[in-house]
Amino acid sequence: MSLLEIRNMTRFFGGLRAVYDFNLRLEGGELLGLIGPNGAGKTTVFNLVSGFYEPSDGEILFEGKNTAGLRPHQVTGLGMARTFQNIRLWNSLTVFDNLCISQHYHLGYGLWDTVLKTHAYRQSEQRVKKTADRLLETLGLSHYAREYPKNLPYGLQRRLEIGRALSLQPKLLLLDEPAAGMNPGEVEDLIELIRWIRKEFKVTIWLIEHHMRVVMSVCEQIKVLDFGETIGEGTPEQIKKNRRVIQAYLGDEEPIHDA
Amino acid sequence: MRRFTSVSLYGLLCVLLIAAAQGQWIDAYVQIIIMFIGINIILSTSLNLINGYMGEFSVGHAGFMAVGAYITSVLNVWFFTSSKVFGPPLLTPSSAVYLFPVTLLLGGVGAALVGLLVAVPSFRTRGDYLAIITLAVNYIVKSSIENIQAIGGARGFMGMQNTVNSMKESWNLPWALVWVLVMVGATIWTIYRFVNSTYGKGIIAVRDDEIAAEIMSVDTQRMKLVAFMLSSGLAGIAGGLFAHVLGYINPGTFTIMKSTEVLVMVYLGGMGSLSGSVLSAIALTLVLELFRPLQVAKWVVVPLLLILLMLFRPEGFLGHRELSDVFPRLRRWFSPQERQS
Repeated sequence: MSLLEIRNMTRFFGGLRAVYDFNLRLEGGELLGLIGPNGAGKTTVFNLVSGFYEPSDGEILFEGKNTAGLRPHQVTGLGMARTFQNIRLWNSLTVFDNLCISQHYHLGYGLWDTVLKTHAYRQSEQRVKKTADRLLETLGLSHYAREYPKNLPYGLQRRLEIGRALSLQPKLLLLDEPAAGMNPGEVEDLIELIRWIRKEFKVTIWLIEHHMRVVMSVCEQIKVLDFGETIGEGTPEQIKKNRRVIQAYLGDEEPIHDA
Repeated sequence: MRRFTSVSLYGLLCVLLIAAAQGQWIDAYVQIIIMFIGINIILSTSLNLINGYMGEFSVGHAGFMAVGAYITSVLNVWFFTSSKVFGPPLLTPSSAVYLFPVTLLLGGVGAALVGLLVAVPSFRTRGDYLAIITLAVNYIVKSSIENIQAIGGARGFMGMQNTVNSMKESWNLPWALVWVLVMVGATIWTIYRFVNSTYGKGIIAVRDDEIAAEIMSVDTQRMKLVAFMLSSGLAGIAGGLFAHVLGYINPGTFTIMKSTEVLVMVYLGGMGSLSGSVLSAIALTLVLELFRPLQVAKWVVVPLLLILLMLFRPEGFLGHRELSDVFPRLRRWFSPQERQS
């Protein structure tokens, strides 16, 4: 059984065909990149996979389970966590709390447990806090545990957001433009981080990225979208030579006078 | 053992107040003021859960209060007293002393169910639009009660004093004060535990970024349901107490005017601050009482206070902070932020 299987996924927004006939199969352990010009539908693909939008057609199977009709938190609970293109941390909660609350799905206690401080509550809180502490340490953020995310440097906010996704112990990690807005130094750190996370957490990673330096150096497989359609897939080397991809990014080589 | 100190301090305060009331050291007027302070603390802290911690804007808190007030009052009059409406008591009046907390909680449950009227729309809408829904719910409740003639309609409902008296006969204690103090303690404890647990902090995540919360595995619909029902349920309990302190209720008490009063308390104390809500409930109840000679002009002075507050300190006295953040020494007595790890 494959980790993630997407069959003929299509999504319309009114008359706009945002994603058309998208197919994908991840067996687990891959590091896949999704690229494409602006507005190609990359983030829509992520929004569909994470359950934020419902596909107009086609199906998404996560470990053989159809995610149709599941709400986003349930899809996340199945074992796939994501980050956002524009950082979406909870800014009035501390860095530590950010890493705790993201484990909400696995809390397993309710209102009365918090009021009565039951055994389930104590155990669960302890487990959640331990996971958060460990993540803070491995990501080198321990120093900022009590800080608010908005006070962190940009690169660390990204790191924290990735950490927040990892706190769910996902099998599949979706990263939406992790390098967006980063300076070259931060980009190098990020490349290191992605490689390290993959090794350390044994997680399958699927990322959207504009930054070619990141995509070409990190990804093993790349898929290219344009106007919602898949126009190419393969290894970075193959993608670099793919005619349709070059066309989509740079336009036609032929002069246009005969058009 | 820090939190034991705050609990035992509160216990001591309760015992002192009850003893003072019992020994006639404080007169009936002061007792009533203390009970109103207690009721207002329940109202403001429970509304803060929605307006402060969850960041929605509810302006219909008095509606839930009315539901609780009427359910508890009707049950108590029906069960424990002989009245023109319901005839002789269904149960012996002496059982009131044991069953009063049950009817009080039933009032809370009823109010929590009416809270669904706001909670369910909140799945799809938020901000200004949800505020209008809460306003509508406030009016629905008030107008419904006005049109149920069996419970007095617009004329109001009375007879709760008899229940309080029969409780007093079985056990000579100032029961209304006792239950106000117990419920204030229970409310603060519940909300404090809730907003300091990872579970309850889910509503703060909803306030900060609802989409991120949902995608990061927080069941946002469930959290909204829990928050709205808890908040309106506590308001219902406050309403039940209010009815038994006054001995008479009418729908006209539970209008937007009353909701506004609670709103002012929340914003005066500071959004998302439990101690702020408690302090401002105490302060505002006292101020309103001092302004009583002003009569209607009171409703010029209080809104004026609100305007000044919004101009000069829009976050309230303790916006998103607790008393112990401002005065760290207080941590010896209570710790709103639970020690982490």
